Amino acid sequence: MRRALILYSSNPIYSQLSTTRAPPGYVVFPKRDGGWIPPSSSYQPPVFRMRNYKCTLPPPLGSVGAASDSVANRPKMASQDEQDPRISKISSAIRVIPNFPKPGIMFQDITTLLLDTKAFRDTIDLFVERYRGKDISVVAGIEARGFIFGPPIALAIGAKFVPMRKPNKLPGEVISEEYSLEYGTDKMEMHVGAVQAGERALIIDDLIATGGTLCAAIRLLERVGVQVVECACVIELPELKGRERLGDKPLFVLVSSD
Amino acid sequence: MSAYRDKDPRIHGIQSRIRVVPNFPKSGIMFQDITTLLLDPKAFKDTVDLFVERYRGKNISVVAGIEARGFIFGPAIALEIGAKFVPLRKPKKLPGKVISEEYELEYGRDCLEMHLGAVEPGDRALVVDDLIATGGTLCAAMKLLERVGADVVECACVIELPDLKGREQLNGKPLYVLVESH
Repeated sequence: MRRALILYSSNPIYSQLSTTRAPPGYVVFPKRDGGWIPPSSSYQPPVFRMRNYKCTLPPPLGSVGAASDSVANRPKMASQDEQDPRISKISSAIRVIPNFPKPGIMFQDITTLLLDTKAFRDTIDLFVERYRGKDISVVAGIEARGFIFGPPIALAIGAKFVPMRKPNKLPGEVISEEYSLEYGTDKMEMHVGAVQAGERALIIDDLIATGGTLCAAIRLLERVGVQVVECACVIELPELKGRERLGDKPLFVLVSSD
Repeated sequence: MSAYRDKDPRIHGIQSRIRVVPNFPKSGIMFQDITTLLLDPKAFKDTVDLFVERYRGKNISVVAGIEARGFIFGPAIALEIGAKFVPLRKPKKLPGKVISEEYELEYGRDCLEMHLGAVEPGDRALVVDDLIATGGTLCAAMKLLERVGADVVECACVIELPDLKGREQLNGKPLYVLVESH
């Protein structure tokens, strides 16, 4: 069964959505309708601390600084009624193909999403709304389906787009990172000089499964001194625990598929 | 037809951002590398804008992009003009039912595939790739679309290598490029 959710990453966010103070004891993160989340709920604040962010609310309790970014503070999913109304159309536009590429695999096919002009537009908008104005200078997209979502996001937020490719595709000097597959290994490459130390980057792919490919992309960027701010995918397969494999790197997805 | 010839002021910035890498993938080939264009947000945006300005309001319902560099330009154009994006892929990448079109390489053959049902009869389509060389891949792409009853309105590439005469291979279909490289 697929649940359509917005999942949030693990750094504190100071929200601009509300201008009122939360009642005492309430989690300091507003719901979209302006209400507050009561302390009895298991909801934890969506999180994303951005540089230059103007704080209009007091900081959430216990969430300031690196110590709070531990796995224990990592939030659970937003509840269903928090969901952006665009999500369900996006989710239903994704086609599941059984037994591809081999028996037992339920393949999440995003090509049907690309045929729905509004749903594709909404998919990009959801990422752009999250990352615009946050000083992100690099969007790295993983070959080949990351090339479909990454460039429109990069164009909208004014960042450069950097393709992360299979071996021997990029023509110039590259750096390579090996990573494990179920059987054997593969390699991911990036052009030398595409990114500079100190740049803030997103990594985009259509889907996170085990997280192996995303991890390789993170390592490539960090090896040249880039700060990976977040990984962003349309779909997560939570049973494969890719999120844990990313360690301290936050992951943002639109749709979760069990 | 090319924007290069039309001398749009944005063309110079685009052309200067394309890097030529000698002897890739093999000796004697001067490879036109568009990844450096993608590192310049203004030049990349201008590239997409030039195509969008040409195709907006022309009732284009499909943008077909050729794997993999066509995926970098095609979706941005499709989103702006309100068309669906259809990836045309190497064999065995698309998970659903496909139709295939074989085409010639310098040595041997290759194959391009498209999902059945992605494109409908009467759809007006663009085919987008980063570059046209001999025209073999673009031709295969056009055939795929025409086999399912689409009307290929134009092929659009960032770069043309005119010496390879790809334009003549397109069976009379128009080709629009931004930059020529001799």
